[in-house]
Amino acid sequence: MSVAVVPQRLGLAGYGICFAGIVWREVLRFLHQRERFLAALVRPLVWLFIFAAGFRQVLGVSIIPPYQTYVLYEVFVTPGLVGMIQLFNAMQTSLSMVYDRETGTMRTLLLSPFPRSFLLLSKLAGGVIVSLLQVYVFLLIAYFWEIELPPIGYLTVLPALLICGLMLGAIALFMSSVIKQLENFAGVMNFVIFPMFFASSALYPLWRIKEANPLLYEICRANPFTHAVELIRFAMYGQLEPMSLAVVLLFTALFLAAAIYAYNPSKGMLGRRGEAR
Amino acid sequence: MTPPLRSVVDPDALEIRGLTHRFGQTVALDDVSLSVPRGTFVVLLGPNGAGKSTLFALATRLYDNASGHIRILGHDVRREPMAALKHLGVVFQSRSLDGDLSLEQNLIYHASLHGINRRTARELAARALDKVGLAQRAHDKVRALSGGQARRVEIARALLHQPSCLLLDEATSGLDVASRESVLSMVRGLVSQEAVGVLWATHLVDEVAAQDSIVLLHKGRVLFSGRGPALMALAETDSLRSAFLRLIGRDGGAEAP
Repeated sequence: MSVAVVPQRLGLAGYGICFAGIVWREVLRFLHQRERFLAALVRPLVWLFIFAAGFRQVLGVSIIPPYQTYVLYEVFVTPGLVGMIQLFNAMQTSLSMVYDRETGTMRTLLLSPFPRSFLLLSKLAGGVIVSLLQVYVFLLIAYFWEIELPPIGYLTVLPALLICGLMLGAIALFMSSVIKQLENFAGVMNFVIFPMFFASSALYPLWRIKEANPLLYEICRANPFTHAVELIRFAMYGQLEPMSLAVVLLFTALFLAAAIYAYNPSKGMLGRRGEAR
Repeated sequence: MTPPLRSVVDPDALEIRGLTHRFGQTVALDDVSLSVPRGTFVVLLGPNGAGKSTLFALATRLYDNASGHIRILGHDVRREPMAALKHLGVVFQSRSLDGDLSLEQNLIYHASLHGINRRTARELAARALDKVGLAQRAHDKVRALSGGQARRVEIARALLHQPSCLLLDEATSGLDVASRESVLSMVRGLVSQEAVGVLWATHLVDEVAAQDSIVLLHKGRVLFSGRGPALMALAETDSLRSAFLRLIGRDGGAEAP
C-alpha cells in the first residue's frame, strides 16, 4: 500500500539514533536559549567574584584534604559552585519537563516505541551534557580569575561531574513526575534547591559547621549534595573520595528507580490523577 | 517485510474492544469499542468531557487501560508497545513543537525517536513538508509560523515515520475557519493517498462529512456508531447537528437556558 519502505530501526542502532537525537535536542535548545546560558554562568560567577571575595576576609580555611596548602576561599568554594551549576541545571531540566508535559512535548517523547526507561535516561543524559558545557565554561573563566586546578584535574573531574549530574538529574526527574503543575514548581525550588545548597559543604568546610552547630553538621552529612560537592572537590585534584562516591551512586540508583516507576504507564503517577490532557 | 500470519484478514489500523477506565470513583470510559480500518476516516464525536482525551491517553500509552484491548495494526499497546507505537502517529490538542528549533530540526528529532537516522530523516522531512505545503519554510523557526501552519507541521511530523494509524485530538482547535478547512481536507486527502486509518476526535459537528463513519461518545459511553444518515434516523431529525444535540440530551428541552 505505502510506496516507500518504513526505515524505522528498533534494534541496537535504533537505540543509538534515539539517544543521540534526544541529547542533540537538549543541547540545541540550550544553545538557543541565550538567557538561560547567561543566567547559568552569571549565577556562580556572582558568587565567585563578589561573595567569595568578601567572604575570604571572614573565613580562613585551614589545610584540609584534598588541599595541601592554605587555599583562598575562592578556591575552596569553586567545587561548591560547580555543584550549584549542576543543581540548577538539573532543576531547570525537570522544570522544562513539567512544562513539556503541559504543552504536549513530553507526550511526543513518550510516543517513541523505545522503552520508557530508556527515553527518560536519554533525556537525563542530555541534561547532564548540557551541565558539562556550563561547568567547563565556568572553570575556564575561573582559570583567568587565578583559580587553577592541576592540569590533570580538568580531566579527572569529568567522571565525577557525570555521576553527580546523573544523581541531581534523577532527583529532578522524580520531582517532575510528582509535581502536577508549573505553579507548584517555584515553591519546590525554594524548598529543594536552597536547603540542599546551603546545608552542604559547598560554602564552608564541614568541620567549621560542626563547631558551630552539631545538628546542622549531621544534616549536612546526610545531604546528598554535600557528597556530590566532595566528590567533585577531590576529583578536581585527581583524588577519589570513596564514601562520597558510594553515597552519590546510592542516591542515583534510588531516585532513578523512583522516577522510572513514576513514569511507568501501569504503575506510575500519571494515570492515577486522571491527567488526561 | 513479511506480514505476520494472523493478518490473513488485514488488521484494522486501530481496534478498541471493551475499553473501560476509571479515575478513582469516576468512570471515564465505559465499555468502549470502535474500529478504524486502514484507509478510512472515522470521526470520534463528543462534547467536552465525553472521554475523548482519556481514550487518546490510553491509546498513546500515557497510562495503561484497566480493562479491554487497544490494538494498533493488530498489536496490543500494552503487551507489544514497541510494535504498536511504531505504527502510530498522533497530533495532540496542545501545541507540541519546539518553538526555538526549525521545522526541519523538529522533524529530525521526531524521526530519531523512531530510530530513523539523520540522512533518511532529512529526506523524509523534505517530503513531508512538501506534502503539507511548507517546503519553503524548512529552515524557519517554528515560532515564526501561524497556528494553522504549525498544525500542518504537526501533521507532517505525525506521518513522518509512515504510520498506519493516525490519531488527531481536536486538531483544529484554535484555528480560524480557513485553516480549519485546509487542515481537515488535507487529512482527508491522506486517507485516500496513504491508506492510513484516521481517528479524528472533535466536538464540532460541522467537521463531519456525509460519508464519514461516526462514533458518538458521551459520558464515557458509545451512544452511536455508524454513518450520518443512520444517526439522523435514530434521532428522528434531518440534520446531524440536531441529531447530535438530541442524543446527548441538549436539544433545547428542560435544561436549555
